This record gives sequence, C-alpha cells and structure tokens, in this order.
Amino acid sequence: MNIIVCVKQVPDPEIPPAKFKIDTETKKVIPPPGVPPVISVYDERAVEAACRLKDKHKGKITVISIGSEKAIEVVRHAISMGADEGFVLQDEPFENLDSFGTAYVLGKAIQKIGNYDLILCGRQAADWGAGQVGSILAEILGLPLVTFAFDIQLEDKRFKVKRILKDGYEVVEVPMPALMTVSSEIGLPRLPAGMGLMLARRKQIPIWKAKDIGADPTQLDKTKAHTEITEIFIPKRETHCELITGATPADAAANLALKLIKLI
Amino acid sequence: MEQYKGVLILGEIADGKLAPITSELLGIGKKLADELAEDLSVLLMGGKAGGLAKEAIAYGADKVYIAEDSLFDEYNSDAYTQLVANLCQKVLPSILLIGHTDIGCDLAPRLNGRLGGGLAMDVNELSIDHTTKLLVSTRPIFGGNAYARVISKTARPQMATVRSKVFPPAERDESKQGQVIPVEEKVDPSAIKVRVIERIREEVEGVKLEEAEVVVSGGHGIGSAKNFEMLWELARLLGGTVGATRRSCDEGWIPVTRQIGQSGKVVSPKLYFAVALSGAMSHIVGCLGSKYIVAINKDPEANIFNIAHFGIVADYKEVLPALTAKFKELLSAK
Ligand SMILES: Cc1cc2nc3c(=O)[nH]c(=O)nc-3n(C[C@H](O)[C@H](O)[C@H](O)COP(=O)(O)OP(=O)(O)OC[C@H]3O[C@@H](n4cnc5c(N)ncnc54)[C@H](O)[C@@H]3O)c2cc1C
Ligand SMILES: Nc1ncnc2c1ncn2[C@@H]1O[C@H](COP(=O)(O)O)[C@@H](O)[C@H]1O
Repeated sequence: MNIIVCVKQVPDPEIPPAKFKIDTETKKVIPPPGVPPVISVYDERAVEAACRLKDKHKGKITVISIGSEKAIEVVRHAISMGADEGFVLQDEPFENLDSFGTAYVLGKAIQKIGNYDLILCGRQAADWGAGQVGSILAEILGLPLVTFAFDIQLEDKRFKVKRILKDGYEVVEVPMPALMTVSSEIGLPRLPAGMGLMLARRKQIPIWKAKDIGADPTQLDKTKAHTEITEIFIPKRETHCELITGATPADAAANLALKLIKLI
Repeated sequence: MEQYKGVLILGEIADGKLAPITSELLGIGKKLADELAEDLSVLLMGGKAGGLAKEAIAYGADKVYIAEDSLFDEYNSDAYTQLVANLCQKVLPSILLIGHTDIGCDLAPRLNGRLGGGLAMDVNELSIDHTTKLLVSTRPIFGGNAYARVISKTARPQMATVRSKVFPPAERDESKQGQVIPVEEKVDPSAIKVRVIERIREEVEGVKLEEAEVVVSGGHGIGSAKNFEMLWELARLLGGTVGATRRSCDEGWIPVTRQIGQSGKVVSPKLYFAVALSGAMSHIVGCLGSKYIVAINKDPEANIFNIAHFGIVADYKEVLPALTAKFKELLSAK
C-alpha cells in the first residue's frame, strides 16, 4: 500500500502561554528563542497511522511538507518513525498561503508523486489551525473523504475506518484510494528508534519548487486568497487567583471547602 | 459577487425538533442579515423537515428550504455535501453559517472546498464591517493562545462554523411570516462513496459534561487510571462529573469523550476543578465559561494559576481526599 502523509512544521505548541508572543503589526507569531519547531501534533499521529498500516500490510510511506528549508526536520522525524521518503515544498510563492493555496500545492505534489492508495492529513494544524486543508485537498483530488479518523483497517481493498464523534464514534467504509484526516484518539505516536533514526539522518530530502510540481502561479496569487487575516490579538484576562493555604495541604483543602461551600 | 445575497443557515434536527444550535444560528444570522438589509434563510433536511418549517420561521427565518427525504435523517458526508453545495450554487448566499458540531466540522470544510468560499472554523464573534459590508469572523489560533479576525474579500459564500452556546438563541415570534421552498433535487447515489456502517453512542455515567454544575478535571499529573477514582469521589459528592485533558486521554486513563478543550468538549459549570493539569490554552478554552475555576497543582508557576480564581499549591493526592472529606462534613451539616 502506498501512503502519502502531509506534515507541517509548527512552533512548539506546548510552550507555557506566558512565553507566547505575537507581533500585531506583521500579524505573525514571534517564536520563543531557543525552542525548536516541531511536527504538528495531529500530523505526527497521521504518520503513526501510516506506520501501523505499513506494519500490517507492507508498502511505502511518503511525506510532504510545505515550509521553510527547516521543514526537512519534520520530514526526517517522520522517516525516523518509519516513513520511507519525503519532499519539502519550499519556494517564495508557497509562503503565507491560505488553506486553498496550501491544498493546491499539496495536490500538485501528490499528483507528481502519483500512485497512492491513501492520503493522510492531520485534522487541524497546531499553529493557525484552519482545520480544512485535508477536506479541500480531497475535493481538489476528487477523492472520498473521511474526517477525524482514529482507527484505519484495510479489508478487501476497502478501508474500514472509525471516526470520532463528540459522544462516541462511527464506523464507515470507503473505497481506495481515499483521503483521511487523523485525530489524536488514534493514540500516542511511536518514538523514533535505532534503524529509523539512522535512515532518517542519511536520507536525501529533495526540495521541490513551484516549477518542479508544475504549480500555476496565478493559483497562488495572494490578492486572490479566499481568506485573509486582518488582525491578531491576545485577549486580556484579569483574574486574580486567591491562593488558599494552611498548616498542611489537608488544612488548605479544608479551608478551600469552607470557601467554596458558600459559592455553590 | 453582487449576485450573492442573504444569510443561509444550515439547520440541524435532533429528536424531531430544531437543534438548539439552529435557533442560536438563526439568532446571530438575523442580526447579520438585518445589518445587510438582506434575507435570512435556513435549510432543513430530513424525512420530517417540513413539519419544522413553521418553527424556523417563528425563530426569524424569512425563507425555509426543505429537503424532505429520509435519506438525510442520518448524516452522510457525501449526500449532505452534494445537496448543500447544489442549493448554494442556486441560491447564492453571501453568508453561510454552520454549527461547529459533528456534522458541521465535517461538512463545512468540504463544502468550502467544493464551493470555493472562505471559511473560518470555530468562531466566537461575528460582525459586519460597516464600510466594506464584509463578514468579520473571529477564531482561535495557536490553540487558543491568540485570536484572529478573518475576512473573505471575494470568495463566496463567506462561511463560519459556530459552537453551541456561543450565541443566545433567537427570540420566538409566532406572528412572523415566511416562505417555505421545497428542494426538489435528488442526490446522485453514485456520488455516495462513504458508507456509514454503525454509529456508537457512548453511554455517559451520571451527569452529562455539558450540563454539569460541577466538573472535576484531571491532567497528566494524576498519574494513573486508578487515581482518577479520587476525582470521581469529589464529583459524585457534589453532583458533578469528571473531565480530563488530552494528555490524560492519550494515556488511556479516561475515555476520550471526557476531553475538555479546543478539540474536545466545552463546559460551563459553576465550579471547575483543574487538578494536576498545567493550563494549556487549548484546554482552557473548553472551561473559560465556568463561574469559578479552582486549581490544584504542585507547581506554583503553572499557567492554570493565571486562569483560576482559587488555588492550592500542593500535591493533589494530599489535597483531594481532605477536600472531599470536608465537603462531606459541610454538606451533611447543611
Ligand atoms: C491543536 C491542539 C489542540 C489541542 N486540544 C486540546 C484539548 O482539546 N484539550 C486538552 O486538554 N489539550 C489539548 N491540547 C493539548 C494541550 O496543548 C496540552 O498538551 C495538554 O492540555 C496538557 O495536558 P496536562 O495539563 O494534563 O499535562 P501537562 O501540561 O503535562 O501538565 C501536568 C501538570 O500536572 C502537575 N502535576 C504533576 N504531578 C502533580 C501532583 N502530584 N499534584 C499536583 N499537580 C501535579 C504539573 O505541575 C503540571 O502542571 C491540544 C494541543 C494542540 C496543539
Ligand atoms: N504547510 C503544510 N505542509 C504540509 N501539510 C500541511 C500544511 N498545512 C496544512 N497541512 C495539512 O493539512 C492539515 C490541516 O491543516 P489546517 O487546515 O491548516 O488546519 C494538517 O494537519 C496537515 O496534514
């Protein structure tokens, strides 16, 4: 089975909120110094989903990422987990794309790679989190779509997929090839180890430009973007936390109960 | 672009009635439509949709599109996308509002892909810019650490998904008149590629999270599934229920349906206990509507202390049993 996974590099979303800074002028986030960017959380789980399928059915996993040259790192991470190869899509017209632009570029790269049975995306990127690139990509490629997948099985050339709902889940069946967006309920991703790490270090990761994938520049014209961000801001929160103390933690707890009982 | 007019709501039906999200969308939709001096319409789909048209009109709809077909009683992504896309291509709404529900989260981005519109997901504010007359949507970015205002200059429809309880429901007006328009088109069965085999609803123990007055949430610091029992004891005593962070769900200590936050549930209890969780914004956006947030964490620097109203800096294992015991004592004396 041939699987293509779309992975994005994002600023580490797990930094403490106090370290999260934005530049309201340029409408950009200021990455905290010294904290390296990471593979977007759900994309890492999409790689995990691909690896589980490969463990069972054999096949090849290709990862692609639109980003800066540094995005090579997230492609290497995916390879260290078990992916076979990867490409970084880096070019000036690929910068600051909206969801349609992103899906268009991914679609072009996927068509160039060709020969796929399954395409996996994360359900949402951990940075700007539009939550729609996978679905738009399915429409562009004309593929059946399953969103929020957390268990993917292959049965007789069809996929049987569990997708998460707010109060349970749904089991659906789709033909191959298909596109799925992966949700975190699939479980924790594997840790890169031994062989994988070595392969990842050695692997050549080509960089593709607009001309390499035959991207039509008019499709990437920023003045025709479907959505535009006009402002970003951090809401002010002014809560004062009253710390409850006591001679021991148990005393503090008793004092807290005395306080709260009056409020409920 | 000028041919795109009006606000269209994607209605949802639950238990044979208009779902609460639909009256909420009609409420905000009416405000936006009034500002544009345009019509408010709603699409209702399902075998019994026709019977709800009057109700939708009372909630402010000028036009109700009815796709009366039991094919739509259960959500199917392919069928819904096709029907709604066809209707939008005919009616040409300028704005399309959809619930940030199981249905909406799947349908909206795909519909957007098909229509070539401009979509903002999970918005918490919607307004019309007075000079440009464009829809301005505000949505969380970076896991709720910040917010962005988003517009679509030329792409239509301008779309947004909205969580339930973000906007108040529309006011009812029994005397309101409106037009009921049947949607005649049928879905092409060959376009249905995804087949739903079964849908499993998890039975909830006790009170539903969204309705609970007290929620005791546990983070990664809880350490094991067994330790969650301590949280249950407090929750049961106070007539509440238990929630969790994603890290606790990832560990398998508690079912994923109890996750609170951006990619989980949004709760608004009177009392929210945040126990051994750090207070990542993507978790906090799920409980900001709580009246009082109480933090128990051993790290005084944890972000949760910037959010909470009351806090204890200590190991939760030394706090929770004493807290439950004291509540028991106080409640029995009441
Ligand atoms: C796109 C995206 C969406 C996300 N959606 C969600 C979501 O919907 N919901 C969600 O919860 N998360 C979500 N997350 C994850 C989120 O960013 C955090 O990783 C997660 O909330 C952290 O969980 P935690 O607080 O349990 O763990 P940690 O951050 O590891 O915190 C554990 C805390 O426990 C404390 N502690 C440890 N031991 C004890 C003890 N014995 N007594 C007292 N305190 C103790 C520690 O001091 C620490 O503060 C999302 C992330 C992304 C990127
Ligand atoms: N720059 C990118 N490179 C590769 N994949 C991406 C990129 N942006 C988004 N994606 C994919 O699309 C998913 C959803 O992203 P979004 O719609 O931006 O929240 C992500 O989880 C990725 O799988």
